[in-house]
Amino acid sequence: MRLSVQESAFDLGAETKAFANGAAGAGAIVTFTGLVRDNSGQVLGMEIEHYPGMTERAISDMMDEAQARFALTDALVIHRFGVLAPAEAIMMVATAASHRSDAFAAAEFLMDYLKSRAPFWKKELGPDGQTWVKAKEEDEAALTRW
Amino acid sequence: MIIDVLYFAWLRERIGVNREQITTSAKTVTELIEELAAIDEGHALAFADLKSLRVALDQQMARFDSSLANTREVAFFPPMTGG
Repeated sequence: MRLSVQESAFDLGAETKAFANGAAGAGAIVTFTGLVRDNSGQVLGMEIEHYPGMTERAISDMMDEAQARFALTDALVIHRFGVLAPAEAIMMVATAASHRSDAFAAAEFLMDYLKSRAPFWKKELGPDGQTWVKAKEEDEAALTRW
Repeated sequence: MIIDVLYFAWLRERIGVNREQITTSAKTVTELIEELAAIDEGHALAFADLKSLRVALDQQMARFDSSLANTREVAFFPPMTGG
């Protein structure tokens, strides 16, 4: 399992390929990538703040939990911080398992937890200024299904 | 005791610093918040609505009634928006 919390951009294709190469023996790989939405040109960028130390600890715990629940053979989480432009990749999750149901479920589990339990805060940079993104109630509610 | 208090996102902006060292005898997070809110207007504003606040003690999520015993680092922040 690999976790990277980084400021620099990542190469989605290269990361996916490397993950697949390392996941020999798995029957299924699922990847998810989150991008900066441009909301019809209303978003000029996004600034992501995080809590160094706690971020890595919280995500590692989630990955351990995902591996235990869904019989993953491998998992990868990359999450960026700093200033990002519209359409740039913010983060990616990859999961590998013997069967697709575990790989899909684990990716969703990790996404739900990353949304509300990993200490990141997003600020949208728009034409009229900067706005902190508000946490959504449905994101918190999504955790109850696990 | 001396503890490091960290602020993130809009709390950091309202208070004006991302970290400060506080000498306190507070036994719980709630008692610490009362002391912090009394520092100045920025702190008071930041701690005005506790419903929109979360707290971590030594990088683990905690509650307002959690004990501060043996805690070195307290962080306050709004609900997280990762992913």
